[in-house]
Amino acid sequence: MKLFKNILESVKPHFEEGGKLEKMYPAYDAFETFLFVPDHTTKSGSHIRDAVDLKRSMAFVVLSLIPCIIFGMWNIGDQYFNAVSVETNFLNNLIFGFWKFLPLLAVSYAVGLSVEFAFAISRGHSVNEGYLVTGMLIPLIMPVDVPLWMLAVSVVFAVVIGKEVFGGTGMNILNPALTARAFLFFAYPSYMSGDKVWVHGAAVDGYSGETILGALASNTSSWDNLQWNFNDALIGYIPGSVGETSFIAIIIGALILIFSGVGSWRIILSTFLGGYLTALLFNLWGVNFLMSTPAHIHLLIGGFAFGAVFMSTDPVTGSQTNKGKIIYGLLIGFFAIVIRVFNPAYPEGMMLAILLMNVFAPLIDHYIVDANIKKRLKRIN
Amino acid sequence: MSKDSLFAKKNMKLLSDPLDDNNPITVQVLGICSALAITVQLKPAVVMALSVLVVLSVANVIVSLMRNMIPSRIRIIVFLVVIAALVILVDQVLKAFVYDVSKELSVFVGLIITNCIICGRLEAFAMANPPGKAFLDGLGNSFGYGIILIIVAFFRELLGAGTLYGYPVLEKLGVYDLGYENNGMMILPPMALVTVGVLIWWQRARNEKLIENN
Repeated sequence: MKLFKNILESVKPHFEEGGKLEKMYPAYDAFETFLFVPDHTTKSGSHIRDAVDLKRSMAFVVLSLIPCIIFGMWNIGDQYFNAVSVETNFLNNLIFGFWKFLPLLAVSYAVGLSVEFAFAISRGHSVNEGYLVTGMLIPLIMPVDVPLWMLAVSVVFAVVIGKEVFGGTGMNILNPALTARAFLFFAYPSYMSGDKVWVHGAAVDGYSGETILGALASNTSSWDNLQWNFNDALIGYIPGSVGETSFIAIIIGALILIFSGVGSWRIILSTFLGGYLTALLFNLWGVNFLMSTPAHIHLLIGGFAFGAVFMSTDPVTGSQTNKGKIIYGLLIGFFAIVIRVFNPAYPEGMMLAILLMNVFAPLIDHYIVDANIKKRLKRIN
Repeated sequence: MSKDSLFAKKNMKLLSDPLDDNNPITVQVLGICSALAITVQLKPAVVMALSVLVVLSVANVIVSLMRNMIPSRIRIIVFLVVIAALVILVDQVLKAFVYDVSKELSVFVGLIITNCIICGRLEAFAMANPPGKAFLDGLGNSFGYGIILIIVAFFRELLGAGTLYGYPVLEKLGVYDLGYENNGMMILPPMALVTVGVLIWWQRARNEKLIENN
């Protein structure tokens, strides 16, 4: 560490005011504060600094993603070796998955951070840590075989249109990771849906890599007749986006988020509740196989759990008030199931539901705050 | 009345202003609906821009000529009669000479009648200015409208379908062999909105006059 510190100190004068690389200061600052605790002090007025700053809370989100990442990598290998009927073991699966997952992660971080650095330098503000989480989330919600250049295009779109046009981290209306996925979904639908993308090599070798949602949405088989059962969906031995398959891994992540106070339990719980109740309601109707799928299964399949835990809890795009969080979560769950059962073309209703509610979150907060003001005004009169 | 010649510097501003500082689409945010609807390909966008050019400049002149005779209470109806007559003429010409494009534009030619830019210019400019100036204003605003239409359509057709004016540019360049795919999202209306949004962003970042203080 001493070595890094010395190197950073020795090049510092170039980046400070009057130095040759003055314009690149945000890039230098990003590296310095990433490696060491910054020694900046505030220059005017009094400020309160919390030990849990943006960087620390982002680190907790990345930490809570680790179970999903490990299971996701293992599952990439497991799905592939099962499809080609090759005997395999735990380590083999993990290593295979690692080499498939690494390029996605590398592209996501390299492209996303380049865009962030470019904007930080041109605007002269410091690089925020927001992308550390977004860059990790993006490969987790992609199919394993998505072409890397498409991933790069969608990352650029998500960071520029989803975030930087609104002013960068903390100002965005839409969740950038989901913006990237939605962009890919609408721009290159054949790489984001159907039965050829979810298991590595399915497009070339011709075996089916259909997801449970895809199978149910095609309305050919009910949940009971599918090749997967409750345990598969719970543990995650199913095809799907890299990180979304295992309910258990996601719940471990959720617990880390809740106990560290980074994620809101109100949002997570109310999203599950909203989805469960809506699915129960559709069970009564039951005119297609998605409607008649048991309500608790709806929460296990597709991206529902992953979205509820890691996407809807995004503190920037979600509701801020406590009551608002519950309404926001309930509506996400409601819309996710409604989009699923009514529109077989978009079986992944979770993505669209969260993006929709991201847009409405400020409105919900506005009315909650307004109601509170009115209530308190009444009390003094 | 001013005694400047028609092409004096002040009048030339009528032509150049709507291209940038006072662009009807990106600054006044008028006529967005048609900008989203007919910019999937370049050809309809160009035809649309030309149609609006004819309708707006002629309507500006006609209304400007009648400006002292129109009772202000029924002026909107008078505008609509003038615009509607011109739009029908344009529509007939399109049907006669470029039938396929006319079919593609379908209802949007008719909807030029409700294009906010036209009514806006008649109300704001033609009612208060002599025909010569009104004509220049009409030209300028339709150029401002058309240039945005064409820029948006250029990107949407190139990225969404891989062609330009119907010519398969990307196929000839051979990028499909490298694994490139057309971006299906560019064909959808939301991307037209995003493209217009990016244009507004770029324009405001470049043009200091447009930066709002708030």
